[in-house]
Amino acid sequence: MIAHADTIPKQRHPLIAFILRWLLTTNHKEIGTLYLCLAFLLFFIGGAMAMVVRLELFQPGLQFTQPDFYNQMVTLHGLIMVFGAVMPAFVGLANWLVPLMIGAPDMALPRLNNFSFWILPFAFILLLSSMFMEGGAPNFGWTFYAPLSTTYGPPSTDYFILGVHLMGVSSVLGAINVMVTILNMRAPGMTLFRMPLFVWTWLITAFLLIMAMPVLAGAVTMMLTDRHFGTSFFEAAGGGDPVLFQHVFWFFGHPEVYIMILPGFGIASQIIPTFARKKLFGYHSMVYATVAIALLSFIVWGHHMFTSGMPLAAELFFMYATMLIAVPTGVKVFNWVATLWRGSITFETPMLFALGFVIMFTIGGFSGLMLALVPADFQYHDTFFVVAHFHYVLYPGAIFGTMAAVYYWLPKWSGRMYDERLGKIHFWTATIAVNLTFFPMHFSGLAGMPRRVVDYSIAFADFNIVSSIGAGLLGLTQILFLYIIVKALTSGEKVTDAQVWEGAEGLEWTLPSPAPLHSFHTPPEIEPDEAHAATDKA
Amino acid sequence: MGETPRYYVPHTSVWPIVGSVALFVLAYGLATMIHQSTDKVAAEGTHGVWIFWTGIAVVAFMLFGWFGTVIRESVAGMNSGLMDRSYRMGMQWFIVSEIMFFAAFFGALFYARVISVPWLAGAGNNLETHTFLWPDFADTWPLFMTPGGTETEAMAAWGLPFINTVILVTSSVTVTFAHWALKKAQRIALGIWLAITVLLGCAFLLLQVIEYAEAYEELGLTLGSGIYGSTFFLLTGFHGAHVTMGTIMLAVMLFRVFSGHFTPKNHFAFEATSWYWHFVDVVWLFLFTFVYWF
Repeated sequence: MIAHADTIPKQRHPLIAFILRWLLTTNHKEIGTLYLCLAFLLFFIGGAMAMVVRLELFQPGLQFTQPDFYNQMVTLHGLIMVFGAVMPAFVGLANWLVPLMIGAPDMALPRLNNFSFWILPFAFILLLSSMFMEGGAPNFGWTFYAPLSTTYGPPSTDYFILGVHLMGVSSVLGAINVMVTILNMRAPGMTLFRMPLFVWTWLITAFLLIMAMPVLAGAVTMMLTDRHFGTSFFEAAGGGDPVLFQHVFWFFGHPEVYIMILPGFGIASQIIPTFARKKLFGYHSMVYATVAIALLSFIVWGHHMFTSGMPLAAELFFMYATMLIAVPTGVKVFNWVATLWRGSITFETPMLFALGFVIMFTIGGFSGLMLALVPADFQYHDTFFVVAHFHYVLYPGAIFGTMAAVYYWLPKWSGRMYDERLGKIHFWTATIAVNLTFFPMHFSGLAGMPRRVVDYSIAFADFNIVSSIGAGLLGLTQILFLYIIVKALTSGEKVTDAQVWEGAEGLEWTLPSPAPLHSFHTPPEIEPDEAHAATDKA
Repeated sequence: MGETPRYYVPHTSVWPIVGSVALFVLAYGLATMIHQSTDKVAAEGTHGVWIFWTGIAVVAFMLFGWFGTVIRESVAGMNSGLMDRSYRMGMQWFIVSEIMFFAAFFGALFYARVISVPWLAGAGNNLETHTFLWPDFADTWPLFMTPGGTETEAMAAWGLPFINTVILVTSSVTVTFAHWALKKAQRIALGIWLAITVLLGCAFLLLQVIEYAEAYEELGLTLGSGIYGSTFFLLTGFHGAHVTMGTIMLAVMLFRVFSGHFTPKNHFAFEATSWYWHFVDVVWLFLFTFVYWF
């Protein structure tokens, strides 16, 4: 059992008690819920900004926004989706699931866990308040290249810089917590190679966060001193180089890309075996492939800068290193498909999202391969082709992954089942909308439509109309998703069985539904099952 | 349910939310202060500086309260060996993240020395850049004259910086002696070695201040003197900030030794501080080698 130091007196007004509970909690499930709610809120805010962008791009010419405001929307949309929606959603899932999956009573450092969460809302208040400042919000794109962000950035850039610092502190502390939890808190018998893949992918994600986020802190610090204290890091007249900014940024930025996808890989690897009613094919190769992807992510940053000016040898190096990533990624996709092979597959909503993830993420992976080719990239760089590519890996990757996870584990979290029919409608409308929105961008990009520009040639008008209609539909599916969640939580069918899904494996399914606030007071016994006994020997 | 607690999980804590609000106040105050005190934005008023220091004060208060709570729990024997390991791993990974923070600035230094400065002087296929932008610019390191024409002198390695190297390496040794004394329960030796370490830390910081004064007043080496000054001050400055932090941590440890804390078996805070101190020392060795010496 656990010793508790209960510091809240019981006789408070219910509202105050409610607020204090969420402000002061150290419970991994409550903090996980907070993370997921914040991520969902920011997902709507970032999504509303995307709606502004797509509305403006519905037709050529200026309709609704001025160019500067359009640039602010593009910038904030990117920043909020990356740092506010995808990352907190994954940390929320880690909070909920990692202790359950490894049989731990809570996260290793519960107070630190509360700290990492509550820094975030303040960081986003700082970032969003920049919209109401003189000179407007940051308008230089989410990658904030120098000198756009140094010499030419609006005054609010400094609040943005400090906001990024806060997000960085939050991410690093959160990652340290996940890392220590996985390394130190596993139940006896839960060896590293018996861990579920979601835990494995998060272990590696935590490593990437600890390695990459401090570099971003360094980059924004150099920006700050260049802006106000006369340093010349990104200023050629002082011996520095604006391209240096891109190197430092993308040294952070490329691992960041994998931070936003590896937990999604983990989720797919949990869900597909359940609904195929088979063991995951190639468990060990999945782990090694994830490690390989993570290590490679540190030596491929140059592929974001092929047109920025680099020696030919460096371009070739980054091209080959990038193409190498296709190998472990291919191993993963192969393993998912092999898991499906001859399975007794059923298509519940989580499975649909997981399969959509595998298929459409692979499309994004292939366009990534095209972008990795230096001579081809000279043509694609900074066009809508790039926008199509990373939205294919992020939307059906990170977002579908998160939604699959929410559908899959919601009955365990809340003890209530979502509406299966509405879930399927959600999946199919979202899938159609994603492809309507992002697929035409491949064509407009290949034809030469530049990204981040408010106006465009009439030649791209048809593609953009389709994209904008798709985006509107995609926006509506989020409201449907919200409705499904609220409906499930308030009036969903009660789940009484611990084993919610017939084929699901893992310690979380041994707990009652809903999972009690405190679980695994005493560590569970880990029974080595047959399949793992075989792999343990290997 | 009568078993011994396996892992102590505090039910609620007020310190994290205090810290989050404090960090927000600090960040908002810092940006406002910078706007009000530098000329790029030149905002009116002087309240930024007060907001900033309020944030710092509340962060200090939070750390005091948070660590105080943890120390009380530890003294009350609520921490299991498993929790001790959590703290240890947490500190180790925190130091890894700190290493990566310095790596960003070392990256900038190497980029400037190996790539941007030679390229501006026409190396590789950059002859036209050189010829049309700054034909008089010469590739030297330290960068005595920037392409824009700002001049500076270099900070010599074998004066104050070398003395500081000796001080910091010595302090790493003395903190280890203190640790050995702690493990043998020799409290007087522990106090003496730890006090010497704190004094060495202070001496380092004092010499660093003198060195900065010399740089600004005699060498013309400032934040504004091109990429050499930029990397010099950001690297040594952030290192100095870490030495300051480490010295404060060591002083707190000294205070706790006087209060009778720590046993030969249970002294995580002391060990974490000494790890941090060694980390700061190793960073300095890299600084001395690549910023001052070569």
